[in-house]
Amino acid sequence: MTTIERTFNIFDILVGSKGDKDFGKKPVVIQGITGSYGSTHTRLMKAYGTNIAAGVTPGKGGQNFEGTPVYDSMADAVGATGAQISGIFVPAPFFLKAAVEALDSGIKLLVAIPEHVPIRDSIKVLEHARKKGARMVGPNTPGVIVPEVMKVGIMPAQPFKAGSTVVFSRSGTLMYEVSYNLTNKGYGQRLCLGIGGDPINGTNLIEAFDLILDRKDVDSVVVVGEIGGDAEEQLAEYIMRTSFSKPAIAYIAGRAAPKEKRMGHAGAIVYGNYGSAESKVANYAKAGVPVAKRPAEVPELLAKRLKR
Amino acid sequence: MRLLEYQGKELFDQYGMRIPRSHLAHTVQEAREGGRKLGYPLVLKSQLTVGGRGKAGAIVKCKSGSELEPKFNELLHKKVKGELPRGILLEEMADIKKELYLSLFLNRSKRCYSLIASAEGGVEIESAGNKVMVDVPIDGLTAYTAEETASKLGLSGRTVVSFVDLTTKLSRLISEKEAELAEINPVAILSDGSLMALDAKVIIDDNSLFRHPELKKYEHVSELEKQAEVSGFSLVELDGNIAIIGNGAGLVMSTLDMVSDAGGEAGAFLDFGGRATTETIYEALKVISKIKRVDAILVNLFGGIVRTNLVAQAILDAYKNNLITVPVFARISGAESEKARAMLNGSRAKLYNTVEEAIQAAVAAVNR
Repeated sequence: MTTIERTFNIFDILVGSKGDKDFGKKPVVIQGITGSYGSTHTRLMKAYGTNIAAGVTPGKGGQNFEGTPVYDSMADAVGATGAQISGIFVPAPFFLKAAVEALDSGIKLLVAIPEHVPIRDSIKVLEHARKKGARMVGPNTPGVIVPEVMKVGIMPAQPFKAGSTVVFSRSGTLMYEVSYNLTNKGYGQRLCLGIGGDPINGTNLIEAFDLILDRKDVDSVVVVGEIGGDAEEQLAEYIMRTSFSKPAIAYIAGRAAPKEKRMGHAGAIVYGNYGSAESKVANYAKAGVPVAKRPAEVPELLAKRLKR
Repeated sequence: MRLLEYQGKELFDQYGMRIPRSHLAHTVQEAREGGRKLGYPLVLKSQLTVGGRGKAGAIVKCKSGSELEPKFNELLHKKVKGELPRGILLEEMADIKKELYLSLFLNRSKRCYSLIASAEGGVEIESAGNKVMVDVPIDGLTAYTAEETASKLGLSGRTVVSFVDLTTKLSRLISEKEAELAEINPVAILSDGSLMALDAKVIIDDNSLFRHPELKKYEHVSELEKQAEVSGFSLVELDGNIAIIGNGAGLVMSTLDMVSDAGGEAGAFLDFGGRATTETIYEALKVISKIKRVDAILVNLFGGIVRTNLVAQAILDAYKNNLITVPVFARISGAESEKARAMLNGSRAKLYNTVEEAIQAAVAAVNR
């Protein structure tokens, strides 16, 4: 009951193709644009180059936020802009309603920023997205960034630089930290995507890998994981099964964390051996994926793999 | 939130699932009362949130009233994995013919619920044989699937009816109460063929608690955890003496690993989340100041929009107000770090260029 069709082209949705009238300027709607979180990051996204075409805050339709029109509903916002991308900045208790409304209005990529979304709501949104042929990233994600083109999310701009590696991360700040280390050593990124720190991810690691499987503009991938669940184990199995050919480097946070304690993220908890760092490292080893001991070691390992 | 066994059983009872007669006791007097009510023999079970009670000797049989007091007192003061029990559950001994394993849980990789059942109960599920695993849609388990599962387990007669009843009720519970896990290990097949839940392990999705006021009474947080929660921090207390503060769960975990690699021991994990302002850092230091075994504080902050001088100000304020006296080792990647460095000059706090350098210095300081 889980697989999402593998043809989803996130680059097409986020950036488009050369020749598109709005190439690199795809319209994005921000749900919760007038809230303090939404407004702060709308400013930063615009400054980065994202085409924030509209915002939605129920009851504030007809107003504008620093030049961006605000609508009462997603139907109105999508109708006016033709946007396929939505960034959700509403508090967790309102997430389900906002996400369903976005999907019903024709949104194809849902970037779900809020933390503390109940698991049931995530599953419901995921099932709805599947029916609509849409994709969710998150929840509890910093979002997605195509460096030097656009970003939908809360990540700072400074760690990222355009290039040909890709970073997928279950942790927000570690995505920044690892990308920053890569940038400093000359490895820019084509895409950085936050998987999210929750037990349920709209786009899991395997689906994230599917996004770049056939991309000629991507030469390597860095996957930042953490304790909890079996996403890394599943990914290792996928890498072996598909004979994934791009060099992949991993990092895993939480080796020294105690068992049965939730380490900040809802998804970062070890029960017995399930979710342990040892299990993840062992499975990556089987798949031939080197695991860095520290974030700063990631570019060193990548350099070695790319040289081969 | 992991419920204690008796709390899980209260939920089971509300859903009409059969459980043994029992009595919760916190004092010898309450235990004696339970003994009178239930009769002998009975079982004493430590109420803990950690697993492995049986192996740790925290479940004991009690044959008579004369055994009750010494056994009860021993259990009440017995720590398992560092945790003292929050009460002892006295329970009647069930007439067990055979034991099964049953659980419904959130299957993270499949992104749905799954049911696992086994005809071998009472052992850890990893080692149990003859396992049946079925995906369960979000609307719940159907009686048909439950019946199929029963037949795969080789159940027959009255036990099948009882199994369908138990699993559909458990499925309703997990979906209505928004549990991540509801495990019964073991389920007893009684001599009349009917089923009874002998244990209960229920974990509720913390993020759903805002719509479950009825579960509020089961919440058990320390003063410190409460203070951290009010400030929007994630706090995990650990056994060592270096407190780690940072923005982002992954980053703090990563710092914890590196501290451990460097031969240090973390005393606290504190993720203050979103924004690094003077106020949030000061609040974080306030929480850490309540943990007595901390000999050093390690700050690891990463963010493009962090203004390091604001963080430095919080640290200076904390020293000035005698909130903290231990040294602070900080790595702050952000704007205006030269200014922050100058501000901290002459204080017990120091700014480092890399987290590795900050960790080396912190570990050297506490091991001196």
